[in-house]
Amino acid sequence: MNIAQSIVEALETLNGNKLRSGLTILGIVIGVGAVIAMLAIGQGAQDTITGAISGIGTNLLFVSSGNQLQDVRNPKPLTLGDAQAIADPYAAPDVLAVAPLIQGRADITASGQTMSVSVTGTVPAYFAMQNYSLLEGDFLTQDNLQGNASAVVIGPGVADKLFDRRNGVVGETIRINGQPFRVVGILQSKGGGMFGSQDNQVIVPFTTAQTRLIHRSILNEVDQLFIQVVSAKAVPLATDEVKQILRQRHRTPVGMDDFTVFSQADFLSIATTVTGVFTIFLGGIAGISLLVGGIGIMNIMLVSVTERTREIGLRKALGARRRDILIQFLIESSMLSLIGGLIGILLGWFLGFIVGRIASASGNPFNPAISLNAILLATLFSAAVGLFFGIYPANRAAGLEPVEALRYE
Amino acid sequence: MAQDWVIHAEDLRKVYQMGAVEVNALAGVSCNIRRGEVVAIMGPSGSGKSTLMNILGCLDLPSSGKYVLDGEAVETLSDDQLADIRNRKVGFIFQSFNLLSRTTALANVELPLRYAGLVPNKKEQARAALEAVGLGDRMTHRPTELSGGQQQRVAIARALVNKPAIIMADEPTGNLDSKVGKEILDLLLALNREKGTTLIIVTHDAAIAAQTQRIIHLRDGLVEEMK
Repeated sequence: MNIAQSIVEALETLNGNKLRSGLTILGIVIGVGAVIAMLAIGQGAQDTITGAISGIGTNLLFVSSGNQLQDVRNPKPLTLGDAQAIADPYAAPDVLAVAPLIQGRADITASGQTMSVSVTGTVPAYFAMQNYSLLEGDFLTQDNLQGNASAVVIGPGVADKLFDRRNGVVGETIRINGQPFRVVGILQSKGGGMFGSQDNQVIVPFTTAQTRLIHRSILNEVDQLFIQVVSAKAVPLATDEVKQILRQRHRTPVGMDDFTVFSQADFLSIATTVTGVFTIFLGGIAGISLLVGGIGIMNIMLVSVTERTREIGLRKALGARRRDILIQFLIESSMLSLIGGLIGILLGWFLGFIVGRIASASGNPFNPAISLNAILLATLFSAAVGLFFGIYPANRAAGLEPVEALRYE
Repeated sequence: MAQDWVIHAEDLRKVYQMGAVEVNALAGVSCNIRRGEVVAIMGPSGSGKSTLMNILGCLDLPSSGKYVLDGEAVETLSDDQLADIRNRKVGFIFQSFNLLSRTTALANVELPLRYAGLVPNKKEQARAALEAVGLGDRMTHRPTELSGGQQQRVAIARALVNKPAIIMADEPTGNLDSKVGKEILDLLLALNREKGTTLIIVTHDAAIAAQTQRIIHLRDGLVEEMK
């Protein structure tokens, strides 16, 4: 029997029972739609996160204390001395600049408003490394650093909360842990980042933070080092130089580094892995609904086989072989799932679009991306679901004895 | 000698297992039917006439015995080969018409051609068959839009379309009133006269049986008499 003719006939049969076919298709539509939407959202999240990381700059290294891969005894903290050693152009020729960081939380108040924010103490080079730009005022200066100045650069979120405006805030005084600081600059909004919102932070000179705001038990201890490398290509070289210097200074045994050097690429690969797992997880949950839709197909096909026992008997009496009946029912179930799959792709695209719009409206630009792969996967998977769940009912139909089937009431 | 017989059956037996009891639906039936003959199979219910018709129509295989249909030994064939024989050599007409209600008269008639594989001009052949039964103007109607007599005519066209060696009619007039029933029977007999198709009619109705050339009476799975 000719396949095109069989497809037309299958469509006619499904059309003959619109409500039932429609509901069965709906099960697949929801399944495929959910899978597509979840994959799109996962992909969008991945794009956003990797974009945010890349936005910081591709030639950065981050050094933190402690080894994150294995246990090391008595890890030595990073110090300003380490930072100065790495900044030495003879010891580490591929390092352009080093910014030591010390971070903590503090309560800040101004005009009667109080909020708890993240306080970072660092050096002027940090601003360039982070690609920060200013709404108004200036970044911290070398003078601020050397003079232990009570100067602060604040994020736009802080300005909103404390002053209810972003203009003319420079020159105002805010209190950090009760101590007065003069606002010298306001950062432009960067939105949420990997380390929480960067809009709700304040940045003060390293010396000021160290002496007056964030107390560490060890002299000149720093939490992290940001290192700018001369070029993206030189990142592996610079990583080795930094490791050499720190190993010497910390006198670590071979293979027992008590610090961790991360590059931008490391962060990217971690983020990609995490969002990839997240996407698979979401897609897997959505896949369950596709499975349920498939069981719906099987159920309805079994009902259909029982209802049409006489028809099957008749077709066999007229010369239909086992294969003809098998193909007829397989085509019917595949049509159900294929139509469901196509509508589901549209639904998934629509859901992704809605989520994207909601995310944009709430200030987090986010583009759910529907890849061609996802569409192919969903189409193939739904057709496979139709075939798989159609096999048992179709086999049952094809195996009917013509005499028994014709006698069936 | 054997070529003369379109149906040649020897000692056909059919045993059904009903739980612990064995039922002998056919207990050794032998019969020969000539090409072009019109034969009635009669008998009370339970006499095995449906079983005989199923076996003669290749819907079922005998438990034992020998059966040659139009020169082909049937008892050793596989399911698919049987389907092929049914398609090419046998046309069925049922008491309850058994048309596909969702499709047009034309598509119903075309169905055996579609299972026959690569047949050229399926539509034309189906049309010709419908015209032969006097339904040339009802081709695109669905069975629900046709009267009982017209539906049975569609079924006859469907049985004829593959030019089978025999037509098996199981109570073809059972669901029709006597006037329409007579028309259907006349049509079948006319087709037999014009095309020489062998016709086997299973019936209760002595009036119908009287119009055939030969009557096979069955009782308790045996041929009681052959006239």
